[in-house]
Amino acid sequence: MIEIKDLNKSYVMGKNSLHVLKGINLKINEGELVAIMGSSGSGKSTLLNIIGMLDNYDSGAYQLDKVPIKDLDETKAAKYRNKFLGFVFQSFNLINYKTAIENIALPLYYQGIASKERQKIALDYLDKVGLKDWSGHLPSELSGGQKQRVAIARALASKPKVLLADEPTGALDSKTSDEVMELIIQINKEGKTILVVTHEQEVANMCNRIITLKDGVIMTDIKSK
Amino acid sequence: MIFSKDSWKEIFDTIKKNKLRTFLSGFTVAIGIFIFIVLFGFGNGLQNSFSQFFVDDKVNTIRIYPSSTTLPYRGYESGRRIEFTNQDLIEIKEKFNSEVEDIVVRNTFYNQIKYKDKSNQYQVRAVSPGHKEAENTILMSGRYFHEGDIENRKKYAVIGRLVAQDLFEGKDPIGEYIFGSDHSWRVIGVFQDEGGDREERMLYVPYTAMQEIQKNSDKINQMIVIYNSEMTYDESLLLEKELEVYLKNKKTISPDDNRGVYISNTGEDLEDSKDFASILKIVVTFIGIGTLIAGIIGISNIMVFVVKERTKELGIRKAIGATPNSIILMILQESIFITTISGYAGLITGIITLKIIGNNLQEKYFISNPYINSGDALFATLILIFFGALAGYLPARKAANIKPIIALRDK
Repeated sequence: MIEIKDLNKSYVMGKNSLHVLKGINLKINEGELVAIMGSSGSGKSTLLNIIGMLDNYDSGAYQLDKVPIKDLDETKAAKYRNKFLGFVFQSFNLINYKTAIENIALPLYYQGIASKERQKIALDYLDKVGLKDWSGHLPSELSGGQKQRVAIARALASKPKVLLADEPTGALDSKTSDEVMELIIQINKEGKTILVVTHEQEVANMCNRIITLKDGVIMTDIKSK
Repeated sequence: MIFSKDSWKEIFDTIKKNKLRTFLSGFTVAIGIFIFIVLFGFGNGLQNSFSQFFVDDKVNTIRIYPSSTTLPYRGYESGRRIEFTNQDLIEIKEKFNSEVEDIVVRNTFYNQIKYKDKSNQYQVRAVSPGHKEAENTILMSGRYFHEGDIENRKKYAVIGRLVAQDLFEGKDPIGEYIFGSDHSWRVIGVFQDEGGDREERMLYVPYTAMQEIQKNSDKINQMIVIYNSEMTYDESLLLEKELEVYLKNKKTISPDDNRGVYISNTGEDLEDSKDFASILKIVVTFIGIGTLIAGIIGISNIMVFVVKERTKELGIRKAIGATPNSIILMILQESIFITTISGYAGLITGIITLKIIGNNLQEKYFISNPYINSGDALFATLILIFFGALAGYLPARKAANIKPIIALRDK
């Protein structure tokens, strides 16, 4: 599903250049649940952003579902994101003036799906994450765990090939974290490829493959099952 | 998708759920347009008052007043009083026949006028029929004098609206007799005058009748020359000069004497008032442009702020698949919609306000019938909508092109 070869990325800050990713090679197959670990500054978020087409890379090659991803303009990147990817963020990133169901329906709006159809699909996914009764609530009326579940439902609504989660449990207590991770595992069991960036060992242990980054290179790549 | 029902729905949704933001940007535009229309309307109202002041009297006239000489000339001492007579009038008329439409007589007196037990002091102007045209006298009832009245020295009077009000108290004065200068005068007309109250507290009588009761005098105090209206301002100055030379020669006044006969051309007043009116126009335009610029700055600030506030939301939208163009279009569509609706509201409120004000400010502030023509109002509204859209477009384009990851980091 994801194929990365000799990927390099530097950030230029004034005169200094910070080499963040130093030749990453990575292959992720369909249906895998992969945790990317590492301390802050290890390059794990940068890697996820590049995979998510939120950021571009300097050299190397990246293929997503056999489509080469390189130097996309914003319009194309937006279309690919919409088609291939679903995002889950640490800070949820729900639109605060839209209700739960409206947030979930939004990616479908950008796919050009008709209003009624959007409502139906969004309600299905809301049901899937167990929040059917909360469809008319604003994010401010939901708990952290509920917000993250809405965010997951939104990420899934556009039927992406890959779900990318950046510290999805980072803002949650351990009980809620477990609930969210259980949801992620369940979605993975249904066949979705999922990447989770985390610094929590506990969260990583729930995945079936753990990639550890340090100083921009992959230190270990362990398949647990 | 761009202007589909769906995109409108999305925009209405956003507007509905961000009432304060919508209100702020809408209010800025509405108030901008409103102030522009009211100020511009006031400016136009000032111009209205101004032109009312100056269209009172006919403008293509030259006034001739005799006075005393200040230089000795050809054996005459200085200080000699110059007087015109009926004979002079006939000769001047003959001499300047081609350039002049009419030469009007105006002899001014102050008399106690009585009607039954009412009486009052009024200005009485003993005039020839052409005076009606020279003074833009408007008859309310009855008639003015004609040449027959002059020839027959009829003791007729045309009285001002306020004279009629004072003496007759609502009774119809036509055909009644008033008493003044030891004679009875028959009222044949009532007039009004746009020159104001002073001009309406007057009586006109035939100058020949007045001359007769003053021991058959043939003196004329003031002559008003009405020249052909096709004459240019420069031609009228030339005529003025010719008249001066002719009269000074006729009355044996030194050509170097500034007095003796005084000639004033109302064409000069017209030129002055035209200058003043154009300055007023410039001031009004300047005020209008200033208000509009203030409005543009206001709406620009709001739009920049609105887009800045939405940076994170736009980042989220991009992360879930919004293209930069769809983001820009959404913001443009929203801002144009809000500015159009509120601009229209400001436009209507402004015009209604001007209508309500109407002539209420005329007495104190010299603003009569303030108005704005629909072209100016529409132009101003479109300008504000355009700049509102532009002010939204620039930051929207910037926001749409920054990487979502940066937008999302923005707290």
